[in-house]
Amino acid sequence: MTAMTMAQALNTALRDALREDERVLVFGEDVGPLGGVFRITDGLTTEFGENRCFDTPLAEAGIVGLAVGMAMGGFRPVVEMQFDAFAYPAFEQIASHVAKMRNRTRGRLSLPMVIRIPYAGGIGGVEHHCDSSEAYYVHTPGLKVVTPATPDDAYWLLRDAITDPDPVIFMEPKRLYWSKDETAPGDRRAAGFGRAAVRREGLDATLVTYGPGVPVALQAAEAAAGDGIDLEVVDLRTLVPFDDETVVSSVRKTGRCVVVQEAQGFAGVGAEIAARVQERCFHSLAAPVLRVTGFDIPYPPPKLERSHLPDADRILDAVDRLQFDDAPDVLHLAREAS
Amino acid sequence: MSVRTDRQVVDGLLPSPVPVRFVAEDGTAVEPPTGYPAPGDGQLLEAYRRMVLGRRFDRQATALTKQGRLAVYPSSRGQEACQIAGVLALREDDWLFPTYRDSVALVSRGIDPVEVLTLLRGDWHCGYDPAATRVAPQCTPLATQTIHAVGLAEALRRKGEDGVVMAFIGDGGTSEGDFHEALNYAAVLHAPVVFFVQNNKYAISVPLARQTAAPALAYKGIGYGIRSEQVDGNDLVATLSVLTTAVEHARAGEGPFLVEAHTYRMDAHTNADDATRYREPEEVERWESADPLARLETHLRDRGLLDAEGIASAHEAAEEFASRLRDAMNAEPETDPYELFDHVFADPTPQLREQRALLASELTAPED
Repeated sequence: MTAMTMAQALNTALRDALREDERVLVFGEDVGPLGGVFRITDGLTTEFGENRCFDTPLAEAGIVGLAVGMAMGGFRPVVEMQFDAFAYPAFEQIASHVAKMRNRTRGRLSLPMVIRIPYAGGIGGVEHHCDSSEAYYVHTPGLKVVTPATPDDAYWLLRDAITDPDPVIFMEPKRLYWSKDETAPGDRRAAGFGRAAVRREGLDATLVTYGPGVPVALQAAEAAAGDGIDLEVVDLRTLVPFDDETVVSSVRKTGRCVVVQEAQGFAGVGAEIAARVQERCFHSLAAPVLRVTGFDIPYPPPKLERSHLPDADRILDAVDRLQFDDAPDVLHLAREAS
Repeated sequence: MSVRTDRQVVDGLLPSPVPVRFVAEDGTAVEPPTGYPAPGDGQLLEAYRRMVLGRRFDRQATALTKQGRLAVYPSSRGQEACQIAGVLALREDDWLFPTYRDSVALVSRGIDPVEVLTLLRGDWHCGYDPAATRVAPQCTPLATQTIHAVGLAEALRRKGEDGVVMAFIGDGGTSEGDFHEALNYAAVLHAPVVFFVQNNKYAISVPLARQTAAPALAYKGIGYGIRSEQVDGNDLVATLSVLTTAVEHARAGEGPFLVEAHTYRMDAHTNADDATRYREPEEVERWESADPLARLETHLRDRGLLDAEGIASAHEAAEEFASRLRDAMNAEPETDPYELFDHVFADPTPQLREQRALLASELTAPED
């Protein structure tokens, strides 16, 4: 099987979903003949017709509101917000209606729909094109929030999101669109919806991350291995539902934890993870739970984004502060002795 | 290349310069408007009975706020012609997207009044089954429901059903962006949806003059290519005629329709509001003389369609309805704290299960 980029995997997932379920519809801005600005919907209008994949007027609240009505009417809309910050006009629709319809109506109306949002930076985008907006959605009860880090996950998480009975905010790390897996998504090997994945096993400390943070964390782990520090990397995959179990079992094993997110840090997803880890793993921890995040600034201009984005060095600096000298890790020492 | 707008196309979309009217304020018939058929006598009598009942319901709901049985109630007194005409223009399998002020319409649609008042009583949000009644949850955010209505209309069209969707909205709501996105989407998609603007002249305290500089709200349709009309919203005959025409226009596949009904909110925004702070009593008195129920009653009596007996029987039915509602609302609502976790997702997340267990420990803890 040939290699596939995340963009191709997402395109394939949409194609397969459109083929398998006639209730699935794809719409948004420029998703028709153009195939979307990132080409995620490339060829779908040609293959399935304008009735199944179509361009809408340029109004994001309208796109999401239309999807609400169509989901009430029995369809399964998969809509595209062109960029993270361009989804903000739709926020009222998302927070007041998409997230709450099931609850408002005591479960009599559900909204099986997916809102795809290319998010985060690292591609030299200008302002309003690189926001890490996941915390807004994660903080809104009633939304499932998903972010893949590999093409295989992108395929299966999107397929799962489309069949899910609840609305899903599907956040696509745009700088990973062109990342490749060695094989195309084939037989299902991805973890189930709501489960995190251990991307790299390690014994000395756990890096908990998601989306665009995953490759950076893996890079840091490779570098740390050269220094004799064995890092485990947990990819959350779904931020809601949150997989406490996988995170907790990893940190209880390693005794140390660094949370890595590209988003600005204050009151972000990483803050929630750090709190949950210390609440559940306090007696296993040999050092404070640290966070490595972007700075608390509006997303910088392209020439300055490298200063903002957490990189492997920033992660390794945090790992250095995990008090290995103050409180030697027993497992680590045992392994060095052997 | 020259650009020229077809005048005929524009004229075909524009509303009548004065609101469509069949019956004057004193109940006498005026020269009937062209293009709008008069509703049948039986339908007018049915409308009358529903308006009497609707007004009685409204008064009862306001009384229930004073007794502490409802947290709040936004009255639609004075808007009964709109409330009832909107419902009568629809078939049972059509959909209605109401606002919080449209409880009378929901009752007229046949929804259990206790379920209508669940939101305002506070035992849950939406008390009725939207799928079974084909009535969306009453919407408190302004104008957001109009775009849902377009989506549902588009869904019906795609499924080959000939159902129509009617979205209710107020004058204030027409300033919201979602209203404009909804008009535009409806027109572009050619969706079978009717936008029904009840212009009751106030958005809480803000008068229409501060809301818009448009000659009439009905003119907001033209920019989107939507056929529009304005009607005397206190004339049931005219409102029912225009709305029926609008619904049939949408049902026939001719696209969306915008109707503005000129009416007046006789009561304050809600029982918690004080309307004397922003409008003169003389203004309210002037509108009393345009009362939609009295107007229809006079009109039907003058035409020999209604007599004292018919009037008495309508009021009797309304009293019975109010009495049953009072009894039902005097019973303590049954609420279940654990239900708080039941409808967030189809299946509660592990975290919600934990929080449910926490609540259980609080609820079952012995009293100190």
